[in-house]
Amino acid sequence: MAERAEIVVVGAGPAGIAAACAARECGRSVRVVDENPHAGGQIWRGELPQPWRTRWEQAAVPMQAGATAFGFAGEQTLLVECEGRAMEIAFERLIVATGARERLLPFPGWTLPGVTGAGGLQALMKSGLDLAGRRVVVAGSGPLLAEAGASLLAAGALVAIVAEQASFRQMIPFLGRIAARRGKWTQALRIASALRKTRYRAGAWPLSVERRDGALSVTLRLGPRREVIECDYLACGFGLLGNTELAQLAGCQVVNGCVVVDEHQRTSVLGIYCAGEPVGIAGVESALAQGLTAGYHAAGREDLATACTPGRDRGRRFQRVLAEAFALRPELKELATPDTIICRCEDVRLGELAGFLTWREAKLHTRCGMGACQGRVCGAALEFVAGMPAASVRPPLVPVSVGVLAGEQ
Amino acid sequence: MSGGNPDVVIIGAGIVGAAIAERLSAERLKVIVVEADCAGSGATAAGMGHVVVMDDSEAQFALTAYSRRLWQEKEACWPKAAEYRRPGTLWVAADAEEFAAVEHKHAWYGAHGVQSEILTAGDLAREEPQLRPGLAGALRVPEDMVVYPPAAARWLVERARRQGAVYMQGARVEHTTGSVVTLASGTVLHTGGVIHAAGAQGGHLPVTIPVAPRKGHLAITDRAPGFLRHQIVELGYLKSAHGHETESVACNLQPRATGQVLIGSSRQYGVHTAAVELPMLHRMLRRALEYMPGLAGLPVVRTWTGFRAATPDGLPLIGRAPQCEGLWLATGHEGLGITTSLATAELLAAQMLGREAAIPAEPYSPSRFGEKSAHA
Ligand SMILES: Cc1cc2nc3c(=O)[nH]c(=O)nc-3n(C[C@H](O)[C@H](O)[C@H](O)COP(=O)(O)OP(=O)(O)OC[C@H]3O[C@@H](n4cnc5c(N)ncnc54)[C@H](O)[C@@H]3O)c2cc1C
Ligand SMILES: Cc1cc2nc3c(=O)[nH]c(=O)nc-3n(C[C@H](O)[C@H](O)[C@H](O)COP(=O)(O)OP(=O)(O)OC[C@H]3O[C@@H](n4cnc5c(N)ncnc54)[C@H](O)[C@@H]3O)c2cc1C
Repeated sequence: MAERAEIVVVGAGPAGIAAACAARECGRSVRVVDENPHAGGQIWRGELPQPWRTRWEQAAVPMQAGATAFGFAGEQTLLVECEGRAMEIAFERLIVATGARERLLPFPGWTLPGVTGAGGLQALMKSGLDLAGRRVVVAGSGPLLAEAGASLLAAGALVAIVAEQASFRQMIPFLGRIAARRGKWTQALRIASALRKTRYRAGAWPLSVERRDGALSVTLRLGPRREVIECDYLACGFGLLGNTELAQLAGCQVVNGCVVVDEHQRTSVLGIYCAGEPVGIAGVESALAQGLTAGYHAAGREDLATACTPGRDRGRRFQRVLAEAFALRPELKELATPDTIICRCEDVRLGELAGFLTWREAKLHTRCGMGACQGRVCGAALEFVAGMPAASVRPPLVPVSVGVLAGEQ
Repeated sequence: MSGGNPDVVIIGAGIVGAAIAERLSAERLKVIVVEADCAGSGATAAGMGHVVVMDDSEAQFALTAYSRRLWQEKEACWPKAAEYRRPGTLWVAADAEEFAAVEHKHAWYGAHGVQSEILTAGDLAREEPQLRPGLAGALRVPEDMVVYPPAAARWLVERARRQGAVYMQGARVEHTTGSVVTLASGTVLHTGGVIHAAGAQGGHLPVTIPVAPRKGHLAITDRAPGFLRHQIVELGYLKSAHGHETESVACNLQPRATGQVLIGSSRQYGVHTAAVELPMLHRMLRRALEYMPGLAGLPVVRTWTGFRAATPDGLPLIGRAPQCEGLWLATGHEGLGITTSLATAELLAAQMLGREAAIPAEPYSPSRFGEKSAHA
């Protein structure tokens, strides 16, 4: 199958939806690709809130669902895997809106069954895992941690604690910003009231976890104290990392884990835009503003794109506030011991990585990052723990079969 | 190494530079190895690591057979990370014409003392059930090996260090003569001699040498233990390797120690960018699928490229550089540098120390292209 559209959008989260709507409303032919079965991304998961639901329905953008972009064939053709087949989609302009994933950090026991991401456990719950009556410890960092705690409680889980590694003091500017925004208020109140049913602790983080008698036994640091808590699940996420791989593969400049864009979301590669989390973690509203900007600009409506500037600027400011409020504390770098697995795919332990000066050298000689995830998890972990800037990106972005990679259609 | 200038500076710690460093330091020469990146990071990190005896010319045969023996002699030394194994090679014949070549190859190997056996179509199907039906047969060369080259290179460097060599990692040679090596950092090394073992790269040399980069693509699958037992090479491979077409592909499949399947191979002249090129990858994978259709379902986790250092006659350059006193060359190994690295080190050491080598060195002498290499 070979398809073509003036504007191709990868990712149907808020940024991608906004971009696709904007471009479509300007009369362009648009196509959206997303690996999930429905539009909405991580946050909306198929249930778009108003006014976006109506806008998305009215735009009626053709969407290739269940389709994963894994590379490029030339400068203006995206390669997509869909139901075990390769598909080529030619574009004039590409909008990369690939969202983010959770940052997982290594500590003793982090690879045990029952230890998941914080968003990861939420996702498992939404896809049917029954958590009613199950004991859960939520730990890590970021605004989504509180939200995860609240939604797990709502599903009947017994959330023993939500442990946020940032100190309360560090979070004040963030809380202040939320207090200043009416829209955010209601959401914050809802979360805060939900969390009354558990303990929310700032300045708290996991030290280790082990499995004892069929349950997990988590050791947390709570300020000056240690506390051991028994649970069935440890849901642990240390904020978000933008999915920059597709943009990197396209040759776009990436600095400090963020795709570099100009005021109209244009990347360093002509005709390629990027919007949402790959540009920097700043939440839904910013993603929407950036998506609109990219969509309008790609559609040739610079005037409309420029009109989105205030929203984008607010997003930029929020991004900085978030980054400072939830900056990871250095103690977290010391959690992993020589025996702690760093690369889950290839079973490489931290001790084996000692003495290597660069990621590439470590990879070549230990297989760290050579497995199916190609360093998506261990790359970020090692960058944080050992200060080694992580993996390089090659096609296929995700494992695809030899048949698909050979172009069998 | 005690004070004073080194006897020799080796540029590059790929498998070739590493093997030379190990060899010369064992002879108590004062050796410095200068490596821009890390040990085994160039073509050595990209190649398939098939240690194979080749019969395309007497000279190629002599070098590969000698070197394979050296790999085997070190069998007990290689660390586990080097993944030294002996799965053997199957040279697969697609049709009757190629099968005739199998018989010829068998006779030739026999006359040269290399063990091999003919597999009929039925034998072949039993040995490698994933191959498509209808192939004519194969020649099995049971003593060919597979290694993980970066780990082998690293081990050779380590051993050289234990024998007194100095290893400078992350140090790029900006310019060299036969006696003065200038690093990008500004450091200047004065030395008795210089060995160029920098693979396909030669910008730092004072003379031009007849070496051109020849790009290759590879793809590796996720683990699929038992899928494949031998290194499988189509007989047409020789055409691809020794033809001078600008682009060619051949079916070359390798079982890794991890249970992964490594899929090659492609050859391109005139391309200098490392990016994976989809059209080339398509051709290469389709060629592999023609021989082994069942590969279609295995997930590929990564693809990459590497550059072979190709010479006009397909043989390496081992020996004194013409027109530059003190400079020695050890490059131009094309698609066989893993195999021939150990023999290269022996030949070079013999020449430098004025000893007789185990095989004649003339066919690989850089001066065969004429004494007058142009000045860069
Ligand atoms: C026998 C064997 C088995 C292997 N098995 C695996 C495996 O199972 N999984 C796995 O992930 N890897 C595997 N590798 C591959 C290995 O880890 C490296 O990936 C290999 O060195 C290829 O380099 P790379 O392109 O990945 O470059 P990287 O490791 O990313 O290193 C960067 C190098 O790429 C070059 N480069 C710069 N830009 C580009 C570009 N646009 N495109 C390509 N190269 C560029 C740089 O010059 C530099 O040398 C294996 C290698 C060997 C030899
Ligand atoms: C796709 C592919 C498949 C292959 N398969 C096989 C196979 O199955 N069997 C086989 O025998 N061979 C194979 N080869 C060939 C083999 O990989 C090479 O011949 C071999 O690795 C060459 O080793 P080398 O040490 O000469 O070069 P390299 O490994 O390239 O090492 C050169 C080193 O020099 C360093 N360097 C370069 N310039 C400088 C400088 N100015 N200063 C300091 N350091 C410098 C580099 O960083 C590098 O580490 C294959 C090659 C490719 C590309």
